[in-house]
Amino acid sequence: MTVSDVAPIITSRFANPDAHTLSGYRATGGYQALAKALSMSPEAVANEVKEASLLGRGGAGFPAGVKWGFCPPGVWPRYLVVNGDESEPGTYKDRMLMERDPHQLIEGVLLACYAVGCGQAFLYVRGEMALAQERIAAALNEAYAAGLVGRNIMGSDFSVDVILHWGAGAYIVGEETALIESLEGERGMPRLKPPFFPAAKGLYMQPTIVNNVETLSNVPWIVNNGAAAYNELGAEASRGTRMFAVSGHVKNPGVFEVEFGTTTFRDIIFDPRYAGGILGDRAVKAFIPGGASAPWFFEEHLDLPLEKGTVDRAGSMLGSGAIVVMDETTDVVRACLSLVRFFAHESCGKCTPCREGTTWLERILTRIISGQGRPTDLDLLLDVSDNISPGIAWPPKQTTICPLGPSAVSPISSALTRFRGEFEALIDDAVAARTAVTPVEITVGSHG
Amino acid sequence: MARLTPENEVLARTIIGRYPVPKSALIPLLHLAQEQDGWVTDEAMAHIAELVGVSAAEVLGTCSFYEMFKREPVGRYLVNICTNISCVLMGSDDLLSHAEQRLGVTVGETTPDGTFTLEGVECIAACTEAPCLQVNYRYRYKVTPESFDELVDDLAAGAFADEIPPHGTLARVRQVIAADRVAGAVEPTDGRQPEWMGDPDGGAS
Ligand SMILES: Cc1cc2nc3c(=O)[nH]c(=O)nc-3n(C[C@H](O)[C@H](O)[C@H](O)COP(=O)(O)O)c2cc1C
Ligand code: SF4
Ligand code: FES
Repeated sequence: MTVSDVAPIITSRFANPDAHTLSGYRATGGYQALAKALSMSPEAVANEVKEASLLGRGGAGFPAGVKWGFCPPGVWPRYLVVNGDESEPGTYKDRMLMERDPHQLIEGVLLACYAVGCGQAFLYVRGEMALAQERIAAALNEAYAAGLVGRNIMGSDFSVDVILHWGAGAYIVGEETALIESLEGERGMPRLKPPFFPAAKGLYMQPTIVNNVETLSNVPWIVNNGAAAYNELGAEASRGTRMFAVSGHVKNPGVFEVEFGTTTFRDIIFDPRYAGGILGDRAVKAFIPGGASAPWFFEEHLDLPLEKGTVDRAGSMLGSGAIVVMDETTDVVRACLSLVRFFAHESCGKCTPCREGTTWLERILTRIISGQGRPTDLDLLLDVSDNISPGIAWPPKQTTICPLGPSAVSPISSALTRFRGEFEALIDDAVAARTAVTPVEITVGSHG
Repeated sequence: MARLTPENEVLARTIIGRYPVPKSALIPLLHLAQEQDGWVTDEAMAHIAELVGVSAAEVLGTCSFYEMFKREPVGRYLVNICTNISCVLMGSDDLLSHAEQRLGVTVGETTPDGTFTLEGVECIAACTEAPCLQVNYRYRYKVTPESFDELVDDLAAGAFADEIPPHGTLARVRQVIAADRVAGAVEPTDGRQPEWMGDPDGGAS
């Protein structure tokens, strides 16, 4: 086992019942990083984060410090938007960070604003997360009153408002350009990149940094302890620690902060300190390594480390840190439908291949499961998938504005490649049942 | 039904003032309307349009994109059962069927007495606690048919009134920024470099 007992970085206060209060946070080193940063130049703070190889935790895994450097010089104002819209199926960690340690996030937000020169910050929390909104509102109120947010922070010339904002139910709003549209009061539909890379043309067409909640929650520790200490943990580009939610058919489902880059899937799924193995000690049929959008992994991938580059090269992604385990009893066709239905439901409708394609994928899978499948259906599934994501490759190509469309293809190609027989068996049964009733097989056209 | 009450109108103006562009306040204001009435009425949308300075159609355009905004009354308790992968693996299909039977409604419907509305929803970020649900956006974890029945009985009997506010109320703490602490909304046309970024001609970017 390569499980290392590193001290937690971002969940260090989770056991403290008063961690969400200002006094609880301050008693455990809170806002010391802010004080330290204010004695440094903004550039020095930005450099520390850049050196720390802090990969974005929202899905794409882009280094935060590098992104911060993308704002075009001399263009003001700049904004910061915090992505707290966590809604990728399987993902559960940002909500915890917001509910249990809201000041850590707020301190991370302030440090980012100071380093990048953002004049105003918006903390966009998912609409359905009432307790997170409540905890952040209370934490901001305390922090404002204590002179830690707002005008002349800690008596310095650093002034920034952090505005709590929340959504109203739409997965696609987690995509950064849709998040910005939503924050502008619009329907949450993604913008085309290029030209609308947020760092260049974001909120109100101004340079905007969008970062995930977990990403920013790491920043106070990095400023306190330095990039070198952060980079001592982890491997390759995957440094520090990372939170993973392990759900599905495991004995002890949970959210675990582990050393990034070195811990393996086998460790986190089987070690008694983490998910503790498969329910009923059954075999693993498949697991999703990084949220609903990620291609599936199987038994032979268990010894891969939770390291971004390694997982990318193996044909999937760590995405949003969501590991969903399916044991040998899983009906993969149903699992596949559940995932595809999600994307069909959450498609914003802006692009035809995604809007129509995901809907068709859902319909075809539904008819296969309900005993109406046709021998041509599997090729049809792949054909529709190919229209959304040409070549059905990884990393995916897309005919769409954002990656949501191609995300629906991941479960289809994973399940069909590995478990084609299970789909075929359902279709064979359906064909047999139809032939049993009618002596002549009727092949219906593709409209159904 | 209602426009925003005078108190809520004051609150609405405060909220609008926090944003560099008024339209950004649309979603928070729609939540405020839903908190006031339990759902979003046409009158409230028209009022919000006046306050923000956009057309009522634009307010409806935004409102109709987001699932949490209800444009007709729902039950006192909105029961949202997660139907996504982690919950499906742990039996949410059965839980949903059980809920339909127990409440005597199908998904999307409200019980005749107006107490419960049942919905099947997408992942609510509690995947390790599957199968799970929310009642007016407050969580219940690892729900069994038995614990579901208990929950329904308790809710119908008025239990959890402290923990679970009526539909429409999310956070029960509002952000408050004192006048002497506010840094101020930064308008997109405000081309000034922030003070702490150093001398504008000194090369800081
Ligand atoms: C369909 C879709 C949904 C997304 N949902 C989220 C989300 O809920 N939370 C999040 O932080 N990032 C989400 N992302 C990623 C964001 O677009 C963006 O990359 C991220 O917020 C940047 O923050 P980071 O660099 O700190 O990871 C999503 C992306 C896509 C394409
Ligand atoms: S790919 Fe789908 S979700 Fe993304 S912009 Fe196009 S239609 Fe909307
Ligand atoms: S899949 Fe049900 S809460 Fe995430």
